[in-house]
Amino acid sequence: MSTFLQQLINGISLGAIYSLIALGYTMVYGVLKLINFAHGDVYMVGAFMGYYLANGLGQRGAQAIGLSADGLIARGLLGGGTLEPSLITALVVMLLAMAICAALGVIIERLAYRPVRKYSRLTALITAIGVSLLLENGGQVVFGAEPKFFPELFTKRNIDLVGGASITSADIIVLIIALVLMVVLQLIVYRTKTGRAMRAVSFNLQSAKLMGINTDRIIAFTFALGSALAAAAGVLVAMRIPRIDPLMGILVGLKAFVAAVLGGIGNIPGAMLGGLLIGITETMVVGYLNPTYKDAVAFAILILILLFRPSGLLGTVAQEKV
Amino acid sequence: MPRYLRNLIIALIVIGVLYGLDFVFQGRLINPYYSRILMLCGISITLAVSLNLINGFTGQFSIGHAGFMAVGAYSSAYFSVTYGMNLANSLGGGKLGWVVALTLATIVGSIAAGIAGLAVGIPSLRLKGDYLAIVTLGFGQIIVVFLNNIEAIGGARGYSGIPIVKSFFWIFLIAILTIVIVYNIVNSAFGRALISIREDELAAEAMGVNTTRYKVMAFVISSAMAGAGGVLLAHFDGYLNPKSFEFIKSFEILIMIILGGLGSIVGSVLGAIVLTILPEGLRGFAEYRMVIYSLLLIILMITRPQGLLGSTAAFAGLRKRIKRMTEGPSGTASSATQSETSIGGENPR
Repeated sequence: MSTFLQQLINGISLGAIYSLIALGYTMVYGVLKLINFAHGDVYMVGAFMGYYLANGLGQRGAQAIGLSADGLIARGLLGGGTLEPSLITALVVMLLAMAICAALGVIIERLAYRPVRKYSRLTALITAIGVSLLLENGGQVVFGAEPKFFPELFTKRNIDLVGGASITSADIIVLIIALVLMVVLQLIVYRTKTGRAMRAVSFNLQSAKLMGINTDRIIAFTFALGSALAAAAGVLVAMRIPRIDPLMGILVGLKAFVAAVLGGIGNIPGAMLGGLLIGITETMVVGYLNPTYKDAVAFAILILILLFRPSGLLGTVAQEKV
Repeated sequence: MPRYLRNLIIALIVIGVLYGLDFVFQGRLINPYYSRILMLCGISITLAVSLNLINGFTGQFSIGHAGFMAVGAYSSAYFSVTYGMNLANSLGGGKLGWVVALTLATIVGSIAAGIAGLAVGIPSLRLKGDYLAIVTLGFGQIIVVFLNNIEAIGGARGYSGIPIVKSFFWIFLIAILTIVIVYNIVNSAFGRALISIREDELAAEAMGVNTTRYKVMAFVISSAMAGAGGVLLAHFDGYLNPKSFEFIKSFEILIMIILGGLGSIVGSVLGAIVLTILPEGLRGFAEYRMVIYSLLLIILMITRPQGLLGSTAAFAGLRKRIKRMTEGPSGTASSATQSETSIGGENPR
């Protein structure tokens, strides 16, 4: 029972992160019908931006209390955090990383995807793979191929729960932040004018254009929103498991995409549900079956979903009109 | 001269030439480094041309070709280690024994990869859209996870002790067979159905093409040929490692056919050769190699979405001229025009 509870907690925490990434996939698919393969790598960039920001802010903070910069750089290179651990810095780091990645998402869309939008979807898909590889390999050149260790942004504590399970403070923060972000996203999509335009574009791009919506701007906004969520997920993951490397986005990105398909691609609540389900299943497999197969679980689910309910759990079957 | 007789003569000439060249390579008249690269080109051609059947001609998007290659490689390697070597020795251990053993290994590898293709293709090809891309990607990942965990075939350490058959003849025979099979499929009624699916799936369905059936058939054939490519690789170095079948390998094959042009067999062959030799030349910049690759790919997609040799008008003209030359003036009217329309070009809708 305690194993079950423990794995459930871990699964929900992991699932919340998958959900955040899946939201980006599903929104971009909604407006462009494009599998944005680069999305997982935007998440990676988010984690690295968090890393550099945390170390940079940490240095600034340490300088204020009178430590020499040289010693700090050396300590920074060793991966040790020089940061006064506090929740506020963690939030600032996350928000800045989100802003940088939102800009990155817009740049990717503008430079790579918009020029190929007039060609077939296959061309766009190949371009997306190209962007993904560029970020991965560019990341290896810029950030270095060896893994880095994320500084501790706040002191980790274990909180014991009933039934012998425990939850770390990192997990609690991940859950709270993910929840807040999803609520904010819901508000943006369903309560603002831009959100209404987004829904219109995903319903029918041509008609939305005819109704006077600036579709290019809406698509760029969608990329910004999705990339910001991915960056948040990157920083949150790094808070839970501090080891980050330039290839960390590949597998997580794929699993998040599976989560989006599971929930029904193009469907925002579906992405949240799918992410949670994938996360929980994965940790259950780790807990009860063989941990080596945890990476195969998501894809097995994908194949089952495509066999029995290709439109996803919450998706609706689209009528094809000629 | 009857058609079959002509084809037979051509086949015999090709086999003779290959056999002769094989002697040149066996005799080490050529630097072994160059002959190694040349043979790797042959394997790449098999993989690229087979991927082109599903990606280029049928317009479906598979990005897990390395997974099928892995299935073919490992199953044939297992066959060779457990049965093939005994079989070859019981047949005298000479050339004949190895020809039989290797042929059987190739059949085993191709069938295993074909079955894997069937298992992946049926759930994903019933659906329109990008599902195949993501399922094949997932399949490629699952295969690597399993290969890493099955101890009977070496697990993460890799599978060693596979009989080594470094034969120019064998590799290029399979490569040429692949080209001939794909060429004949594309220029048949079956191929026309595939191309109609690529051009407009809905219209093809309305014209009575059983799209799912054709897509699955093309996919299974393509996977089986990828498996044959895997067989060649398994017996090339006598060692297999799950690492060589990761996503990046599928992607390399994909770049080959995109560079050459989707839907062009000649393009795939050239792409395979260029991209097998190029990394050898770029060894000095190993770190930046993939960065340059990916940038080039994006720029290529933006400026020339049909690929370098995508079936452009100039190229189709050349093909027609060759066809006229080989068939003579009394030959049947050219039927090569169907492959002129380009994929990845402007979407008609």
